[in-house]
Amino acid sequence: MTEKPKRGSEGPPVGRRAMLGMLGAGAAGLAAAPWLQRGWEDFLAAASQVDATGLTGLLPDPGGFRYYSVVGSVPRKDETNYALRVTGLVERARSYTLDQLRAMPQTRVVHDVVCTDGWRVEKTPFDGVRLADILDDAGVRSPGAAVRFTCFDGAYSESLTLEQARRSDVLVALNMQDKPISHEHGGPVRLYVAPMYFYKSAKWLSGISVTDKVVPGYWEERGYAVDGWLDDADRHGDAA
Amino acid sequence: MRSTAGSTTPTGTVTRPEAAGRVRRFTTAERWVHRTTGLLMLVCLVTAGCLYLGPLAQLVGRRHLMVTLHEWSGILLPLPVLLGLLSPAFRADLRRLNRFAVYDRQWLRAVRRRRHGPGARPAGKFNAGQKLYAGWIAGAVLVMMCTGLLMWFMGLLPFVSRTSAIFVHDILAWAITFVVLGHLRKALEDPEARLGMRTGHVSRSWAERHHSRWLGEERAGTVSEKAEKADKV
Repeated sequence: MTEKPKRGSEGPPVGRRAMLGMLGAGAAGLAAAPWLQRGWEDFLAAASQVDATGLTGLLPDPGGFRYYSVVGSVPRKDETNYALRVTGLVERARSYTLDQLRAMPQTRVVHDVVCTDGWRVEKTPFDGVRLADILDDAGVRSPGAAVRFTCFDGAYSESLTLEQARRSDVLVALNMQDKPISHEHGGPVRLYVAPMYFYKSAKWLSGISVTDKVVPGYWEERGYAVDGWLDDADRHGDAA
Repeated sequence: MRSTAGSTTPTGTVTRPEAAGRVRRFTTAERWVHRTTGLLMLVCLVTAGCLYLGPLAQLVGRRHLMVTLHEWSGILLPLPVLLGLLSPAFRADLRRLNRFAVYDRQWLRAVRRRRHGPGARPAGKFNAGQKLYAGWIAGAVLVMMCTGLLMWFMGLLPFVSRTSAIFVHDILAWAITFVVLGHLRKALEDPEARLGMRTGHVSRSWAERHHSRWLGEERAGTVSEKAEKADKV
């Protein structure tokens, strides 16, 4: 105990107070987060209107999309080399080029994009071919009951039940916010499953396979819910 | 310095550091606590950047790997300090960091008024800024751990939504980034402080210049320690 400072020199435990103060602030922050976050979002929305540098995009919860990829690099595909293959339990295996997909009847879905990581992009318009139309085109045969999606990044995959896949708000999307989907956003073709968390909306979509049961996707094998339904707690009250 | 007539030790050979005007500042255990904590913090911050900042995320990708590294470096972050509690020297330094002396308030006043003159900023082994930093970062790491665990294991506390945990985690991450950058800047400004953390020893003159009350307190502590022992005999 030679290192022990002289007893008389012991002052108030300010270090401990700083630590406990920070813990208290953290707890208070958690409790007040729903209100603080609303105010913060409003402030950022106002600030980004006048922010020419784009620095507000770095701030916490900046609104707007964030880039996620599960691999190191993703090949780029365009009209010349993109193909969407429909296989598995179907009457006719199909392969679509980008132009063929564009020539099919287009549907518009406008919905909030919500990520499990807390960010959200409100009322985002997507245009593309309804997944139900593509499934009908290929013709699901017995005992097809689910759909597995694969991606040309070489690793990502997703799944839906056939019932979910046939919903009118599930798209093989070609446009987002009225522009062709860029590579960073999963273009040229991505899935958009409006009523579910955004991880269900596989980027860089290249394969649709009808299966007899749900095959868990990439994140679902890593603990995410297979049914990624948005719950009310994560919606913006009346906005959704 | 301490040349005694008839010394058998030739000059220039290995002498005790104290004898060469060097003072022991940190033990090996303490330096390992600092090194491993620093490394874990670095992994935490770099992987956070790769998960969070668009351009970095596009460059690195590999989201699952980044998530795993981030989660585990975060969980392990308090471990070196906990292991350090086994070291008496580390425990003693925690005690020093915890307690504020009268001159610590003088140090803070001098910083607020930007006074630099000799003697304007008295400090013991640790100055008031270091004490506040240590306490704050300890609390901040614990809050990050709690909010991180809430995100990792959804439903751990059903009354806290994941969005709230993320909000606190995000805001505090930026605060920690800037505070740790400040910590690094202070170290970069003072090579001898870095030497102290690297080798465990600093020069007596540095100690007297930057931590004017330290050596005096040590001596007083040793004296009172001896007095205590003498009492017991």
